[in-house]
Amino acid sequence: MEQRRDTFIDNASAALKNLKQAERRDIIASFAPQIRAAAIDSFEGFGDLRSHVKKIRQHSLDNLDYYLSQFEKEAVHNGNQVHFARDGEELNSVVLDICQQHDARRVAKGKSIVTEETGLNSFLQSAGLSVMETDVGEYIVQQAGEKPSHIVTPVLHKSADEIRELFQEKHDLGPRDLHNTSDLVVEACNVLREHFLQAEVGIIGANALIAENGYCMLVTNEGNGDLCANLPKVLIVCTTIDRVLPRAEDATAMSRLLARSATGQPQSCYTSFYSGPRREGELDGPLETHFVLLDNERSNTLASNYREILECIRCGACLNHCPIYTSVGGHAYDSVYPGPMGSVLTPLLTSLEQSHLLPNACTSCGLCEEVCPADIPLPDLLRDLRHDESTKKLSAPRWRYGLKLHSWLARHPSTYQALTAISIGILYRLGRKRGGFSKLPFGSGWTSQREFPAPQEGTFMKLYKAEIKQNNGR
Amino acid sequence: MNEQYHDHSHPAQRMRVSLFVTCLADLFRPSVAFASIKLLEQADCEVTVPLQQTCCGQPAYSSGDYDATVPLAQQVIGLLEAADYVVVPSGSCAGMICHHYPKILQGEWRDRALKLAAKTFELTAFLNDIAHIEPQHKKPSSTLSVTYHDSCAGLREMHIKEQPRQLLRQLCGIEVNELEKSEVCCGFGGTFCAKMPEISGKMVNDKLDNALATGAKVLTGGDLGCLLNIAGRAQRQGEEIEVRHIAELLSGDLDTPPIGEGP
Ligand code: SF4
Repeated sequence: MEQRRDTFIDNASAALKNLKQAERRDIIASFAPQIRAAAIDSFEGFGDLRSHVKKIRQHSLDNLDYYLSQFEKEAVHNGNQVHFARDGEELNSVVLDICQQHDARRVAKGKSIVTEETGLNSFLQSAGLSVMETDVGEYIVQQAGEKPSHIVTPVLHKSADEIRELFQEKHDLGPRDLHNTSDLVVEACNVLREHFLQAEVGIIGANALIAENGYCMLVTNEGNGDLCANLPKVLIVCTTIDRVLPRAEDATAMSRLLARSATGQPQSCYTSFYSGPRREGELDGPLETHFVLLDNERSNTLASNYREILECIRCGACLNHCPIYTSVGGHAYDSVYPGPMGSVLTPLLTSLEQSHLLPNACTSCGLCEEVCPADIPLPDLLRDLRHDESTKKLSAPRWRYGLKLHSWLARHPSTYQALTAISIGILYRLGRKRGGFSKLPFGSGWTSQREFPAPQEGTFMKLYKAEIKQNNGR
Repeated sequence: MNEQYHDHSHPAQRMRVSLFVTCLADLFRPSVAFASIKLLEQADCEVTVPLQQTCCGQPAYSSGDYDATVPLAQQVIGLLEAADYVVVPSGSCAGMICHHYPKILQGEWRDRALKLAAKTFELTAFLNDIAHIEPQHKKPSSTLSVTYHDSCAGLREMHIKEQPRQLLRQLCGIEVNELEKSEVCCGFGGTFCAKMPEISGKMVNDKLDNALATGAKVLTGGDLGCLLNIAGRAQRQGEEIEVRHIAELLSGDLDTPPIGEGP
């Protein structure tokens, strides 16, 4: 993963000022939860399926080495080559090597977040290859020279108008009618078709690796993954080691959770299983197939207190429901993985030093955990990262010392009560006329957005003790 | 009876309740605590208020300073564990005691935390589900238009949803005028609102807009943090919605000025 600076707050601020995009995000924030809720309400067994898949995911991760070697054995048996990559650089060079062995010039890519993580496109391009994204969303993002803003719907941040303009500019197709959204989709498909046919190498991701038979499973809505996998003569599947599941039925169980949580569909349009290269007598399919399995901090994460994040099935529900993600959009996170799952994962994949603001982008509202089909306690993991932040003294000193002082005072009730009685008395006298404060020393964060309501006269403890005294004196 | 007991009547088999006031009510809105005492007494409870209480430790905890939180958690457990029931007029402080103390404590302290958790309730849940408070006299249905903000911790950690609505109906004759997206966070989030003010500002603005869209005269809820946040934003925007804690409404205390409005 590229080195990143933690610029979340500035990015967020810029995003909030872009009112057009903010309006789009508001619409999505209403729409996405509705379609998910409809899909889940109409599916009675969701809760049971969730616990069932959770157990399987835990079991697979507990026995990751076993299932990975089983997968490797079976996949090799099917005629695949299996490579393990310690980090992004290794994955990129394995992929480039394969391309070069085949004198490939053109690569067609299906949607793969993992290769976004490793920055594969720019790596291959700088080695002289042409790389074409074929998922329509990824294609648009690539043409615009941007990054995905969502792990499921990468082009969520763009309006149809913006896409229309982009196509007019990038596709040299003369005057034509792009009025309807469907016109845009048709045009993208036509342009992309050429690329599928010309590419010598296809690269796709995988939602699951199946240990028992060495297959991988990919779910898409456009079918572009199948074209990438079947038309070019070489196929490379790039994914991470934590995707492995014991049985085929485990993968399909997971896919039922995934589609409902991601897009509110009972099942995505395409659920494909890839076994390996074309066998003798078969008419189509790639001639050579590779799996490149990336670690990039996954084994370290597995051994840490954050292992549950590896159970994530990349549905994007936590993004769609997070009031912070939907307020500022995915780009503010400056990471392939935005939103709650990203705020956990990004510091683990990079370093806390580089991204310690992300775990603070959370009100602990708990909505992400509630909707997460993998039942990951995201708010707890984010808080634990803030714990690491505090232990490593990465947070702002005024916060650290301020909170230490507050806790110290709270542990000394007499001092606490005496001091608060005095300060509240002062605040009351200053604020009683106007009812609130528009500015407070040490409170600029609060008062930049809202008044600070004036307190009532006297703390409860002061009033209550006075009342007891009075009653006793009676 | 020691001086901690605020009790005016016969103690025959009444539920012994310790009130955990919460630091926000202690500092900014004592009327919430007084209203809570009144309601609990109305529900025939014997109410004690341990005088050594300060704060449950949420600010340090949610900022990840677990070391600073542990002694505070132990202090709170020590103060409250003797009671039959502990009642807290805040979903998030109740959630802190019930769900988070056991996470950060170990061994014997963890056991004590779990015991305390089992008898700790948010105010409306206690009044509705445990004490079964009865109206003092039949309330006519009220014309006061009220909307309710579900605070996140109350809703998701303490499962507070129907209880306040039921109590408003039963004790005040009020039907809640529901606001859209009532289960979305108001942007308070403890230190979040000061650490990431602009994002928090957008969130509280959305909440306020949804509240205003109901046309309600009063916005109420069970957590002072959220209420201070929403009231402060309403004040800043010059909006005329009254913000009050649910305990105040239920106890019939409408004379106290709403949050953020001077006398
Ligand atoms: S953390 Fe949960 S909700 Fe978020 S993307 Fe992963 S599986 Fe989906």
